Amino acid sequence: MRVLPCGTTSLLLELDDLDGVLATYAALVQDPPKGVLDIVPAALTVLLVTDPAETSLVEVRRAIGHLKPQYDRRAVGELVEIPVTYDGEDLQDTARLLGYDVPELIRRHTAEEWTVAFCGFAPGFGYLTSATQEWDVPRRSSPRTKVPTGSVALGGRFTGVYPRESPGGWQLIGRTGLAMFDLSREPPALLRPGNRGRFVDVGAR
Amino acid sequence: MTRSMTVLATGPLTTVQDSGRPGMAALGVGRSGACDRASYRLANRLVGNAAGTAVLEVTLGGLHLRANDELTVVTTGARCEGSSPHNAPGRLRAGDELLLGAPAAGLRTYVAVRGGFAVEPVLRSCSTDLLAGLGPAVVATGDMLVVGEPSAPMPRIDVAPVSDPAQGDVTVRVMPGPRRDWFSDGAWISLVSQSYTVSSDSNRVGIRLAGEPLERIRDGELQSEGMARGALQIPPAGTPVLFLADHPVTGGYPVIAYVVDDDVDRCAQLQPGQTLLLREVINGGPRQN
Repeated sequence: MRVLPCGTTSLLLELDDLDGVLATYAALVQDPPKGVLDIVPAALTVLLVTDPAETSLVEVRRAIGHLKPQYDRRAVGELVEIPVTYDGEDLQDTARLLGYDVPELIRRHTAEEWTVAFCGFAPGFGYLTSATQEWDVPRRSSPRTKVPTGSVALGGRFTGVYPRESPGGWQLIGRTGLAMFDLSREPPALLRPGNRGRFVDVGAR
Repeated sequence: MTRSMTVLATGPLTTVQDSGRPGMAALGVGRSGACDRASYRLANRLVGNAAGTAVLEVTLGGLHLRANDELTVVTTGARCEGSSPHNAPGRLRAGDELLLGAPAAGLRTYVAVRGGFAVEPVLRSCSTDLLAGLGPAVVATGDMLVVGEPSAPMPRIDVAPVSDPAQGDVTVRVMPGPRRDWFSDGAWISLVSQSYTVSSDSNRVGIRLAGEPLERIRDGELQSEGMARGALQIPPAGTPVLFLADHPVTGGYPVIAYVVDDDVDRCAQLQPGQTLLLREVINGGPRQN
């Protein structure tokens, strides 16, 4: 683990791979260093944002030194089942890009057990990765200005669901009626770092 | 009895803000909150409100309010033309109006009312996050703002001795960021020696700085990573974006440097066209201006 500087109130931990991020994030969530306001996992990093009135970066660095990363997190996160109608505008193109036919793409997307690596882009937008297969889906050359709420998409190594209408450059393969971000729910985000996700084909309409 | 104020005009942008939503960044929800935190805290303190009470953040003046009841109010941050009770709480009687003109210096004025603005919180905060689209709607002409009940006695402060935001050149301290090594030493020297101009294309998300572009020495894409307030991110065009309260939780462009946290409030008061000088310090260093 490398500790990179981020000004006077934050630190960025850089890990070797996503498993390292998940392991470090899990350990930090279980036993957060005093005075840490936010713990933000990403693809290869975990950002710690502190309250300078409560702690110092020296103290946080010391706490990180005693951290025991929790590996093998992929199998233990809460499982979220996401019902999908696979009728996205980019479904045919995406299958062709990957060298499959459409039924094979759907079979592979639903067969995976995905893990939420991190959130970002919009409230409740989880980046889900596969432990078994390297997905690599090029983003659209020109992003859409409006991607509908509930769109299920592939981009780079990730799959995800747009929690609300927004611009977006990922390939749209389907849609779900499941609310990914709901302010009346606690916590509001369905897909949280470390959770597992499984997509279920509910057929065409 | 419910006390209230009526919004007669808002100026370019007025939002409700408090201390934001810390602790939810892992769900993709940023902190948001007041851009100039020190001025925000001062406003609440001057009218005896608890820390974290909702205030109005007024961008470049123009707010016009009418008190519907007797109220105690104060403004902090950018001092607006007119007779606003700046850094010194004042009373409004029912029917009195508060009109904020344009500030000569500074960008954001905080309006606190004794008892606080009673706004329905979203995820435990009354802050409007313009990037995430969370929190109360932007304040609009015709809105009636309900005022809460005071929870503590008025402090015995007539005037808070704080200086107004600076006009002209502003110098802030910066420290190397996590991706300093994506840039040459020449690019670093350029960052910490040139005069940047604050672009009009700036907002609560970030301040765009116009100047000489910085050259990267590494190609390829950075994997998205967590960002904090004060980050100086360098998009492909080579000129920095300085992140403020509504910054994205993660970003994919390298952060060459961070502004020292205590200096970010002063950045939030920069008007478009002002000059910003970024000067390197080690471990926070002494405060300059």
